[in-house]
Amino acid sequence: MALLEIENLTVEFDTVDGRFRALDGVSYSVDAGEVLAVVGESGSGKSVAMLAVMGLLANNGHLWADKLEFEGYDLLTMSAKKRREIIGKDISMIFQEPIASLNPCFTVGAQIDETLKEHTTMSRGERKTRAIELLDSVGMPESAKALKKYPHQMSGGQCQRVMIAMAIACKPKLLIADEPTTALDVTIQKQILDLLLDLQKESGMGLIMITHDMAVVAETADRVVVQYKGKKMEESDVLSLFESPKNPYTKALLSALPENATGDRLPTVSDFHLGDEGAA
Amino acid sequence: MADDIILEARNLVREYRTKEGIFGKEHVNRALKGISFSLERGKTLAVVGESGCGKSTLARILTLIDPATAGELLIEGNPIDISKEKLSKDMRSKVQIVFQNPYGSLNPRQRVGDVLTEPLMINTTMSPAERRDKAMEMLVKVGLGPEHFNRYPHMFSGGQRQRIAIGRALVLNPSLLILDEPVSALDLSVQAQILNLLADLQDEFNLTYLFISHDLSVVRYIADKVMVMYYGEVVEYGTRDEVFGNPQHEYTQTLFNATPQADIAHIKARLAASH
Repeated sequence: MALLEIENLTVEFDTVDGRFRALDGVSYSVDAGEVLAVVGESGSGKSVAMLAVMGLLANNGHLWADKLEFEGYDLLTMSAKKRREIIGKDISMIFQEPIASLNPCFTVGAQIDETLKEHTTMSRGERKTRAIELLDSVGMPESAKALKKYPHQMSGGQCQRVMIAMAIACKPKLLIADEPTTALDVTIQKQILDLLLDLQKESGMGLIMITHDMAVVAETADRVVVQYKGKKMEESDVLSLFESPKNPYTKALLSALPENATGDRLPTVSDFHLGDEGAA
Repeated sequence: MADDIILEARNLVREYRTKEGIFGKEHVNRALKGISFSLERGKTLAVVGESGCGKSTLARILTLIDPATAGELLIEGNPIDISKEKLSKDMRSKVQIVFQNPYGSLNPRQRVGDVLTEPLMINTTMSPAERRDKAMEMLVKVGLGPEHFNRYPHMFSGGQRQRIAIGRALVLNPSLLILDEPVSALDLSVQAQILNLLADLQDEFNLTYLFISHDLSVVRYIADKVMVMYYGEVVEYGTRDEVFGNPQHEYTQTLFNATPQADIAHIKARLAASH
């Protein structure tokens, strides 16, 4: 049984101009111990599917799906209470902007502690030990001191480490990383990606990497889903995607990489005729 | 040969002074520790480095926004020190900048037409009709149309806004354009369009670019010369082929190794290693 199964998921938002369909009949699944990359440009709906899984869609969002299951639990009909037990414990998520996703008013220690308090029965002392242990495992220097720091006293890379520590605090079965390294420098990016992959291998959790960066996909994924304008364009293992992309949009995306440039000009997506074939 | 050098920096230093409280000890932060380089007309110099290395401080000095604490800056052979003398409008027009975030660098209450004509109003003696014609012409040059003249920035996508920002920078006919991470906020396919546009404009107007970026694949594509900065110092400076082919400094090598790669051989090696 797959860890997370999404079948024919559609998400629409109410806007002043009427309903906007952000995600249109998308299906994919993730197994335990697998790294799935969901790639697409802004507006492709790559984050929306994950927000739907997490139950974090805004009030104007509506979703339908034939199936939206985590470990066989139906996320569509699940009670809010049951969902809260799963979210943050068995499924957790890391967001793009680490500095913006931590609460500036509380210390890092308090924020890690909150997750542990909610989902475990540990005592205060045990929680503190665990928090230090977590910060050590994400490679935070002087972890005991770092607990007392506020987010503004840390760099972007350190904040992202704290976010990862919070996300893995309860040993999740599925970790969703939404553009985890986009705001970071390349050397920090490498550290964070290596860290995520190490944690994933160690614990055997499923990892969904949402990204727009094809190079990050090439470095991390086992399997890849390519999305464009709310639709799934292609799904394949990472090697065949880069070696022989089938969908015209995937081809366009790969040839727009500056390192694949041949000649003076970069081909752009509009150079490829994404007609009915591309949208099929 | 010497005439071809449009910009020369000699030993540029920039210090920021901060205090902890009014009676606190003064803390000096040297953001630039003596930077020297020269830039030929019509070429592209890429400045690479991570946050805190002084890239943006350098951009502010070169665009004549901030003065350098020490060192000399020569534009077309003329020494310039904005802390001592006021800049002429002519000089102002010579160097222009395009910022990273096209969502933040355009005034949301200003129509695109006003964005493009404002620099002309301040720096030239053109009549309103001439300014309007020039702005229209610029809109077409950057791949937009005259119908966009009266629209507001929120009606445009990120790539289109970056086109407007490039148009605003070029409307004064500068000879040097500072591009501060101009494509890092954009999607891959839009990034390709903007890079193509920059290449076309460079050919057409014989522009000189100073291209600040942290993305080595973009730098490799666009640069003639590359300068790698680390904590306010230049650690590597050479032609693109020298720097990419044979990086000398340890930090440059670290940077190259950290950059994710999308080639097939690399993916195969990774998959082989993990099984």
